[in-house]
Amino acid sequence: MKILVPVKRVIDYNVRPRVKPDGSGVDLANVKMSMNPFDEIAVEEAIRLREKGAATEIVAVSIGPAKAQETLRTALAMGADRAILVQCDDEVEPLAVAKILKGVVEEEQPGMVLMGKQAIDDDSNQTGQMLAALLGRPQGTFASKVEIEGDHVSVTREVDGGLETVRLAMPAVVTADLRLNEPRYASLPNIMKAKSKPLANKTPADYGVDTTPRLRVTHVGEPPVRQAGQKVGSVDELVEKLKALGVA
Amino acid sequence: MKTLVLVEHDNAVVKDATLATVTAAAKLGEVHLLVAGKGCRAVADAAAKIAGVGKVHLADDGAYEHQLAENVAPLVAGLMEHHDAFLAPATTTGKNIAPRVAALLDVMQVSEIIAVEGERTFKRPIYAGNAIATVESTDPKLVITVRGTAFDKAAAEGGSGSIEEVSGPGDAGLSSFVSLDAEASERPELTSARVIVSGGRALKDGETFQQLIIPLADKLNAAVGASRAAVDAGYVPNDYQVGQTGKIVAPEVYIAVGISGAIQHLAGMKDSKVIVAINKDEDAPIFQVADIGLVADLFQAVPELTAKL
Repeated sequence: MKILVPVKRVIDYNVRPRVKPDGSGVDLANVKMSMNPFDEIAVEEAIRLREKGAATEIVAVSIGPAKAQETLRTALAMGADRAILVQCDDEVEPLAVAKILKGVVEEEQPGMVLMGKQAIDDDSNQTGQMLAALLGRPQGTFASKVEIEGDHVSVTREVDGGLETVRLAMPAVVTADLRLNEPRYASLPNIMKAKSKPLANKTPADYGVDTTPRLRVTHVGEPPVRQAGQKVGSVDELVEKLKALGVA
Repeated sequence: MKTLVLVEHDNAVVKDATLATVTAAAKLGEVHLLVAGKGCRAVADAAAKIAGVGKVHLADDGAYEHQLAENVAPLVAGLMEHHDAFLAPATTTGKNIAPRVAALLDVMQVSEIIAVEGERTFKRPIYAGNAIATVESTDPKLVITVRGTAFDKAAAEGGSGSIEEVSGPGDAGLSSFVSLDAEASERPELTSARVIVSGGRALKDGETFQQLIIPLADKLNAAVGASRAAVDAGYVPNDYQVGQTGKIVAPEVYIAVGISGAIQHLAGMKDSKVIVAINKDEDAPIFQVADIGLVADLFQAVPELTAKL
């Protein structure tokens, strides 16, 4: 079985994003970028499935600027076999990403698409579900455990009340949650080897997808700032404060 | 504008997250509800009493019992022929179903709105709440998920909606429910609690977490939360997690014990009305957002606090 793993190049999760003063967006000039953390987990899971013998080939795909190549090289260094870059310099919304991925799926015919549950820049949490809908295939979102059972996959999902297990017919779309696994680091020899792995270049037009945004961002601003309050000197003072709030 | 709101329920009672979503929907126009489940007539009866609700669509079928997105999304997409907007609470159920509906309708979803600015204009947090984007949809139909803590809850009583039975395409035959491993808890639910006591990595281990945090929470009739560090270290199950990748909460009082205040955690609780922090490191970032701070060793301060309450 082939596994397709979509990955996104986003601001590094350790960087505190700065809003541009003119309200046009977040300043990404000279900011460290990395692979979206949830996508790293998806890559790792695909590799583990291959190590277990459940998968034969892992194809990483990214939709974004030329620099998204670096993100694909990271996936290749972790263990993906080859990569596809669908180059697009403007920001692409989840719906258009899902449409491009549908084109890639039709071309590659993977048994499973494994991706992150959300990207930490737009926090949308949509692409996997949208892709599953467009393909008419089942979805296993917020996965914390993935087990292949013949032509089905059993996915344990992190839901609000606990853990839910569903059984999906393959091909399926699975989105990774934080606790699915701990991604490995790429070793230096593997980073070197990744440079010679195949990387195909495509454009949204190759899949006949129009990437015109449907949502118009009119303003991006700072969240309301919370003021630091006062420190109390003792537990007794804290008890008094809590009583004044009516909770004690 | 006619809106359709997905009712979150367990086939017995309406979950609170629905009420805040109704408030957001009412800002757009006429509110209709969808109760999809099995043997869920009681849910529809309760939903019809929510203030401001016009019509309740009841889809009672085995295919909808566990809210599988593959089965519920086509049902919703069908009902959207007669509605202009679909709103779902931004819970794991809503987040699972709504984008599937959006793709079926070929529209972009607006995720986790925190404010309604106009008929097609909304505010939503991006970058883990470090920026607030104002977005305007150009799509013919709206699909929206609503952050529950950002809207007041509609009154659960006082409405007089009518119930209409509907049916959809039923079981898509793609997925099936196997099991639910629910955390049994007597405590208030995290996302709707008035008071939350939350513990971090400084609690050392699961046993200490139980010994210190639980009695304090009991005294305050509070829900119990945790930082990602405490969850990753295995002190508590992951559905306790408050943060960007866990639950977003906004209680009246949030008590952070032994939590440093990483941005991933702050993204989940910084809209709380009053934040109380107990931490021995006076430079911990949590003190920059805390209304009341106590610099103290939690192993002494928490038992003392619990005893004096």
